[in-house]
Amino acid sequence: MSQTIHINVIENILGANDQIAIKNASLLKANGVMTFNIMASPGAGKTSFILKIIEKLSDKYRIGVIEGDTSAATIDADKISKLGLPAVQINTGGDCHLDANMLRSGLDNLDLKSLDLVLVENVGNLVCPAAFKLGTYKNILVASIPEGDDKPYKYPAMYSAVDALIINKIDLLPYVPFNMDYFISGVKMLNPDLVSFPISCKTGEGMDEWVKWVTSVHVDFRSS
Amino acid sequence: MHELTVTESILAIALEHAQKAKASRVTEINLLIGNLSSIIDDSISFYWEIISKDTICAQSTLHFTRIPGHLQCNNCANEYDLVDELIPCPKCNSSNVTILRGNEFRVDSIEVIQDE
Repeated sequence: MSQTIHINVIENILGANDQIAIKNASLLKANGVMTFNIMASPGAGKTSFILKIIEKLSDKYRIGVIEGDTSAATIDADKISKLGLPAVQINTGGDCHLDANMLRSGLDNLDLKSLDLVLVENVGNLVCPAAFKLGTYKNILVASIPEGDDKPYKYPAMYSAVDALIINKIDLLPYVPFNMDYFISGVKMLNPDLVSFPISCKTGEGMDEWVKWVTSVHVDFRSS
Repeated sequence: MHELTVTESILAIALEHAQKAKASRVTEINLLIGNLSSIIDDSISFYWEIISKDTICAQSTLHFTRIPGHLQCNNCANEYDLVDELIPCPKCNSSNVTILRGNEFRVDSIEVIQDE
């Protein structure tokens, strides 16, 4: 005799990843290291943004960087190492995103005790990284003007999953069609409380506001 | 490549629940996927056949139930479904909205065979 039965599961498909992310978060908390998961499409300016953060904040915080890349090319990690900061490259072996386990292996290669802030550069992609929590303190999205103003409408999961939005390359606003009201309206629908920072990594415009925000979330992190 | 990771997670969840129920075989897997969550393409079914082959999930069927985005307007309380892309409230054009459904990404249930 055999019988067919129905089992209610109701489990998040990526629940196993989320469990590891929770462990990463406690490891980072225990070591007093604030982390940002920096996501964007390819070419939005993730690496330039990270270099800019280092320029503005390396006298205040001891910064380390984890670079996620789909290939073994170490172009981005080399730029950081040149500045004399600890940088770890994670080669995802073709995977389109970092996951919590990959971040864990990256963290194992950093001396966490000697760091205050770790910037994690995710793989350039607006789809997959949104689904994989890493356990970082804040998720940051770098959008950029030349990508177009329709990106929140096309990539809702990404815009819903972040804590701060950088709008990079605002120096290009006079040259490309970009309706800021349309863009912001899409962002607000998905993520009403999202704080956003229009900046230009090229001119440095807007970076002071961003630096203020980092300083205030670091105070929150230390007292959490 | 994302789809392989997702497929492996689905298999792990199905096997865990099937083993708990002492099932000899899994026949159906019911998934709930919101249209606002990451898009899953047909390659999941393709990977499924390969990775489930040597398990009790072999030859089981994956069913995808798609859930359209469903929003509520915080200005006029109108509720509406999204057909294609994200739109403001069709009644009052407000962008002040709350997403009620559409972000689901889970294994809802499985059908298994228990031998006596």
